[in-house]
Amino acid sequence: MSLLILEGVSASYGDSQTLFGVDLSVAPGEVTALMGRNGMGKSTTVKTICRMIRSEGVLTFDGQDLHALPSHKVARLGVGLVPEGRRCFKDLTVRENLIAAARPGEWDFAKVSALFPRLGERAGQRAASLSGGEQQMLAIGRALMTNPRLLVLDEATEGLAPIIRQEIWAALARLKAETGVAILVVDKSLKELSAVCDSAVLLERGTTVWAGPMAGLTPDISERYVGV
Amino acid sequence: MRVDERMINTVVIAGLLALPLYALAVDEPFTITLVTRAVILALAAVGLNIVLGIGGMVSFGHAVFFGIGGYAMGILAYHAQTFTVLDLGLFTTGGTKMMPVIWLVAMVVSAVVALLIGVLSLRTSGVYFIMITLAFGQMFFYFAISWAQYGGEDGVSIYVRNSFPGLNTLVPIQFFGVCFVLLCVVLFLVAQLQASPFGLALNGTRQSEARAQAVGLNPMRLKLLAFVISGAVTGLAGALFADLNRFVSPSMFSWQLSGELIVLIIIGGVGRLIGPVIGASVFVTLEHFLGGLTDFWHVYLGVILLCIVLFGRGGIIGLLTGQEGAHV
Repeated sequence: MSLLILEGVSASYGDSQTLFGVDLSVAPGEVTALMGRNGMGKSTTVKTICRMIRSEGVLTFDGQDLHALPSHKVARLGVGLVPEGRRCFKDLTVRENLIAAARPGEWDFAKVSALFPRLGERAGQRAASLSGGEQQMLAIGRALMTNPRLLVLDEATEGLAPIIRQEIWAALARLKAETGVAILVVDKSLKELSAVCDSAVLLERGTTVWAGPMAGLTPDISERYVGV
Repeated sequence: MRVDERMINTVVIAGLLALPLYALAVDEPFTITLVTRAVILALAAVGLNIVLGIGGMVSFGHAVFFGIGGYAMGILAYHAQTFTVLDLGLFTTGGTKMMPVIWLVAMVVSAVVALLIGVLSLRTSGVYFIMITLAFGQMFFYFAISWAQYGGEDGVSIYVRNSFPGLNTLVPIQFFGVCFVLLCVVLFLVAQLQASPFGLALNGTRQSEARAQAVGLNPMRLKLLAFVISGAVTGLAGALFADLNRFVSPSMFSWQLSGELIVLIIIGGVGRLIGPVIGASVFVTLEHFLGGLTDFWHVYLGVILLCIVLFGRGGIIGLLTGQEGAHV
């Protein structure tokens, strides 16, 4: 049974409709890529899952209808968001960012530090003074501290140096191999996504146009809908 | 030269303790009373700093809790000194002159009122939050003015200061000691709160409610709890202030007082642990020395405030440490 299910989901920013029928499902432990060109509704889909905007259609997590829940309750159900643009609590230190988000479970500061040693080294440093890559690691670590069953990463490697991107992809691979957490990744790096993801969903103008196993994502499909 | 904030904190607390001891040695009891006033105002501002500094909520009605604390003291002591019965509907009491009991009542009533005001006002933010808290302040102010049973706008006078077991609170240094210990205890607890998961979550909520929600934090609940704790602390300060003056009046509910508490925090440093203590010390010092020279001493206070807002947004602590932002 799928952990996260979206069926025929539509969403709007005020009068401007951006999602017209998104179908997507993520099974427990599965890593799914959400792909598409710019402006096709990937981030809006993430915001819809996290109940940051109004939506219609089927939207369930672990069998529970998310439409009835506010954003923080969705997070407490087990949806950990790594938002686009990092968005850490910049006035807090690395350790404080992690403690502020902590919920009971297997993930704690030591475990996050083991996944991202840089965070352990900069535990007492303010988030505002971290590099972009370190802030991204902190954003992932902070989401993990909520002990999620589904980790949602929105453009987690965008604008980062190649070496940092590699570090983040390696961390995601470790998460997949060593934990049972399901992951929904929004990204455009086809090569890295292919190495980590089990399945993929492609969006075009706010609608799901392709969904299936990663191995089935042929070059002509990716070229047509993602442009890579 | 940049000064370590912990060093500043230590020096301020040590200075606050040393000055009354020196005044005792040279037999200047008025100075002790003056420092006691600063300590009590600092305590009230420390309470406000929980919501303003950590939570980012600009409450312009915190005098409500200061006044409730004052009236809790005034009403209980009034009935005790006049041997009259206070009928609370469910039960009656003859009042009390015991400080710990008065403090408890002041804090509980302030906390309950803070809960009610918070539930309504925290649904708003920004200028609307400022206005709604101000409106509550004015409601209590005018209620107190029309409360004839307790003196209306003349307030209530208490003939003898309330008692604390084992102490003679009429002796200025002993009453100062009580207030100073309470301030230190509250500062310690607030420091713990700032560094606790609750304090960090509240701090995160101040920075971005959307980000806080994304990690499962409920901003409304966090802010409401902070508002209640803050109200209780300010209520305690109100009870002490009324005891210091042996008098309580509607002016304790005034919007000017709410504004002064904000000014104390801005002078010392918003969100800084000792910021309200420095602000209250500066305020009382100016009030005493400049107030003796001119009735318009607030003009000078205004100039200082203007300079701090323009040139040192971290307040006096920010200027000394070279760090504008507060950090636990």
